[in-house]
Amino acid sequence: MGIAVTPFASPALSAVGLRKAFGPLIVLDDIDLEVPTGTVFSLLGPNGAGKTTTVQILSTRIPADAGQVAVGGHDLRREPDLVRAAIGVTGQFSAVDNLLTGQENLILMADLHHLDRGVGRRRSAELLDRFDLVEAATKTASTYSGGMRRRLDLAMTLVGDPSIIFLDEPTTGLDPRSRRSVWQIIRDLVAGGVTIFLTTQHLEEADQLADRIAVLDQGKLVAQGTPDQLKAMIPGGHVRLQFADASGLESAARSLGAVSRHDDGLVLQVPNDGSVRSLKVLLDRLADHSIEVDGFSVHTPDLDDVFLAVTGHHRHQEVAI
Amino acid sequence: MSTRSYAAADSATMLRRNLRHALRYPSMTVSVVGMPIIMLLLFVDVFGGAMSVSLAGASNNVATYIDYVVPGILVMTVGSGSMPTAVAVCTDMTEGIVARFRTMAISRASILTGHVVGSMIQTMLSVGLVIGVSLLLGFRPTGDPLRWIAAITVLAMLTLALTWLAVALGLVTRTPEAASNVVMPLFLLPFISSAFVPLATMPTGVRWFAQYQPFTSIIDTLRGLLMGAPIGNSAVIAIAWCAGIALAGYLWARTVFNRGPAH
Repeated sequence: MGIAVTPFASPALSAVGLRKAFGPLIVLDDIDLEVPTGTVFSLLGPNGAGKTTTVQILSTRIPADAGQVAVGGHDLRREPDLVRAAIGVTGQFSAVDNLLTGQENLILMADLHHLDRGVGRRRSAELLDRFDLVEAATKTASTYSGGMRRRLDLAMTLVGDPSIIFLDEPTTGLDPRSRRSVWQIIRDLVAGGVTIFLTTQHLEEADQLADRIAVLDQGKLVAQGTPDQLKAMIPGGHVRLQFADASGLESAARSLGAVSRHDDGLVLQVPNDGSVRSLKVLLDRLADHSIEVDGFSVHTPDLDDVFLAVTGHHRHQEVAI
Repeated sequence: MSTRSYAAADSATMLRRNLRHALRYPSMTVSVVGMPIIMLLLFVDVFGGAMSVSLAGASNNVATYIDYVVPGILVMTVGSGSMPTAVAVCTDMTEGIVARFRTMAISRASILTGHVVGSMIQTMLSVGLVIGVSLLLGFRPTGDPLRWIAAITVLAMLTLALTWLAVALGLVTRTPEAASNVVMPLFLLPFISSAFVPLATMPTGVRWFAQYQPFTSIIDTLRGLLMGAPIGNSAVIAIAWCAGIALAGYLWARTVFNRGPAH
């Protein structure tokens, strides 16, 4: 069939009609994905949406029930070893050998990638340095903190110099500082030309890192687009003001103009993007009118808002797989 | 990047990994060697006097009880060697590292091969150690070098068989505790065999079981080779048992492993 496909135009990853069921439970229902080379693609969804199953299928761990998948230009079903040679995977649960030291873990990876002994040792040393693990290099991984373990996990993924990296919730369970350091690692990888397939439960993470986001809900893709396109679909943030009595509520509602009021709870919701400047304007106006506020909280749009906007329902509780 | 061409290199890498685990956490290996030695001391020095009575009249060609009991103790050593294997395989499967191996372009079989070869090395070293202790305690085998080699070969075959079985059991159990429990029969079965007392001294039902269970034929073969006792058809039966268990264990392990993660 004369369809011309130039190697430059071929995406790092494409999936058409991907399906997977575990017994009667349909986990992935006709998923189409395309990830251009050198970009970050984020699969966003709550627990049980099918994110991990998607990663497991795309990384050759489990077979799909149906669908055409190509990773790194290789058919997933026919050439799994060529796919494996092109990818690196860091899963949700740490995939390090707890009984070996950090250095031994990296050399194990180098050996399994059949690197020359000297090259393997050099690569391990580089990665230990880059991931701030030099001091811990000779300690067994079982003594590592969560953040260190995740860094070692990522370093192990990079030993084979993969061109496509799957990161399944890479920052789940990490403290904010470790999370930022993982984000920086991801940005550096992308700058080096690597394609990233990232799953996350956090809109902020997808927003920070991804060129394109797909929202997965109960095994179906419910929205796809750039972070800006996605955010345009959801209502903006707001400030929630709580008042001690009805008169406070009344005078605030008069002076602030367009607000949504809930008289029962003595609450006003004022549209606000949460920036320091706009909050100052709001606080100044309340002060100018000498309005007493009992409670004050800022709400930025989160995954809940995305789900409400694109599915019309709130995100589901955990679905057991 | 063909998988096949790297099978040997990957197996060697996995073997190094498993031996490093064993060296770093030797407590289980120590108990594997310790248990048969305690049994040996117990049966020779504590029960030995009473036990030799039961040997009287039996045509075992043995002068002392220790000469009778060592073949059984050696089989027990191999049996107890299956425990760390099952536990190590089970631990591996419950940790993320094997999930990582499954997404790498390596020979998948090397993961299990590494365990099997590593366990065989450890168990045969244990067997060697137990033989050494037996000799110190007064074990006086009569077999010539050729018979020794044959005896070691039988023990190696049994080790291969029980190791593959232990690998399969380690794959199907969900926790390391469960894995260490399911291999217990491999350690306990020699008690109901010709290991400690001749079959003739047992009640009918027990004797019937002891006669036809795999360990008796293997122990009788070893005893024949090391002490010059009559072997009869025990050798053929022993080899058949070892080959059968090894094949069944291998096929079972391979099927379970290739089926991949449960979810």
